[in-house]
Amino acid sequence: MVTLGTKIDAPKTRGPVDSRGYRIFRVVNTVVLLGVVVVTLYPFLNIVARSLSEEAYIIAGEVTIVPRGFDLTAYKLLMSDAMFWTNYRNTVVYTVVATLISIVLTTCYAYVLSKPQLKGRPFLIGVALFTMFFSGGLIPNYVLVTSLGMKNTIWAVVIPNAISVFNLLVMKAFFESLPSELEEAAAVDGLNTYGTLLRIVLPLSKAIIATMVLFYAVSFWNSWFTAFLYIDRQDLLPVTVYLRNLIAGATSAESAAADADKVQAAATLQAVTIVLTTLPILAIYPFVQRYFVRGVMLGAVKG
Amino acid sequence: MTSTLRPPPPAPPSAPQQAQSPAPRPPRRRRSWRQALRRDWQLYSLAILPLLFFLVFRYLPMVGNIIAFRRFKPGGSIFGEYWVGLRYFRMFLTDPTFWEVFTNTLVLGTLTLLFCFPLPIVLALLLNEVRARRFKRFVQSVSYLPHFLSIVIVAAMVMQFTSIDGTANQLVNLFGGDPVAFLQKPEWFRTIYVSSEVWQTVGWGTILYLAALTTVDEDLYEAARIDGAGRLRQTWHVTLPGIRPTMVTLLILNIGSFLAVGFEKILLLYNPLTYPTADVVSTYLFRMGFQSSNFSYAAAIGLFEAVIGLILVLSANVISRRTVGTSLW
Repeated sequence: MVTLGTKIDAPKTRGPVDSRGYRIFRVVNTVVLLGVVVVTLYPFLNIVARSLSEEAYIIAGEVTIVPRGFDLTAYKLLMSDAMFWTNYRNTVVYTVVATLISIVLTTCYAYVLSKPQLKGRPFLIGVALFTMFFSGGLIPNYVLVTSLGMKNTIWAVVIPNAISVFNLLVMKAFFESLPSELEEAAAVDGLNTYGTLLRIVLPLSKAIIATMVLFYAVSFWNSWFTAFLYIDRQDLLPVTVYLRNLIAGATSAESAAADADKVQAAATLQAVTIVLTTLPILAIYPFVQRYFVRGVMLGAVKG
Repeated sequence: MTSTLRPPPPAPPSAPQQAQSPAPRPPRRRRSWRQALRRDWQLYSLAILPLLFFLVFRYLPMVGNIIAFRRFKPGGSIFGEYWVGLRYFRMFLTDPTFWEVFTNTLVLGTLTLLFCFPLPIVLALLLNEVRARRFKRFVQSVSYLPHFLSIVIVAAMVMQFTSIDGTANQLVNLFGGDPVAFLQKPEWFRTIYVSSEVWQTVGWGTILYLAALTTVDEDLYEAARIDGAGRLRQTWHVTLPGIRPTMVTLLILNIGSFLAVGFEKILLLYNPLTYPTADVVSTYLFRMGFQSSNFSYAAAIGLFEAVIGLILVLSANVISRRTVGTSLW
């Protein structure tokens, strides 16, 4: 025994004393993980800095993570664009409506699937599972949605992706974990299936429903392709497509090098749009992150 | 034990006995559909809307793939006008552009798999060695973040990052190079695409591994230590086998989506200049369908892609069940 009093007090997981090599590894490991943090965060900080910088500094390639020549013109420009706010409001409306529909459908189906003695249950599960591995594809979906007359309506955005099979399985796993005695007692007390679901099961499922709301809401908030595909009217687009049109316009302008002024305005404007679109997600992220992690775990156990 | 309390087991069923007890009380488990419906109709009624959803928005499009074999007129029947057999399949199989985009798909898919599958495992193993709880949680929180961004935002960030005045070119300048318009260069597209995938998915990908790591039996480490195994050997012989089921499951899922390489991201990032490396089956299909309005042709390609995807996931599943005993279902 050498003088290692402090070492012994240190938390130990495996092995009494760390070897020299392992201590070196731990230092390297910390450095590597800090590197991961920097690489992940740098683009965010860079975008924020760009959004606050003066155009000239951006063009000169001098903006890193500190704003140069603090300038809010681009923010003012975007804030005064009525279409941006219209599209932003659309995103909110689509997200709320789509999440509501999704939650109702997913809860109903997951509850049905969680009943082990139900006749035809394997078939009902199979119907959902198969769609995870085989899908109709882009063109038939487009033809279908178009022929249903859903183009340029909110329904094209909120209905075709109403049920996510992954979320369905997560919820099913949760319902299966509830003690069946509760529902049996409810049945004895004369509650029918609807009553049991509404008065007994759902109040016990607040946590999982919150998780599902987050899963769906974030995916609808972020989605752009369905709207891009099915909506032609600009005042019906979500903000993600607004951003998409902005960057698509910017690149075509850049490659053509036609309108120098436009390109210059685009650089900060893009950064500002990115910042304003990401802000809500970043704002709630620290508070909701653990629900996501828990939901994914729950799904993985029974996936 | 309990069987001794019961009456002796009945003799093996013979013909007369079966005739004796016709079917007044069928076994509880095998209720007929009528009984099940009478008893559980409320439950079934809850399944109607979701089933309708699956039927209309998932299974009807599968049937709608029939237009790959039929002449389709926009505005006409969603199932097409008349049969043309395998014409559209022959068309794309003899189309050189199709094979180019098919190759691009394989290359991008392989590169993505090569980086985005193992890196989360590595990161999870590194995180697992961190003892300072707060630091670990901080790294996790930060690395999950990109997962929550819209693909549009990620694409916009990639564009800013690789633009002439962006971070990538600042680095190039730092080392004395000339600025490169990265997104206009076909030779850079794969690097940009795979890096952005790594940036976006690796952190979130660790979650399941970190969960699996906590379930590895501590006694196994103890035993390995007594056998004189160092840290590295413990990781190799205890940790990795412990998380193997998770690895295999995720590998199967990754292989299943192999051909569906980030369609949305590529659609946002590519341009005619980078088509030689960036154009993949799904984006080619998209252009065929929506820019050339050749719906049947595009549907044929889509069906081909979906069938290959299904075959890939099924065979990966069979192989893993035979070799390591893990399968999805």
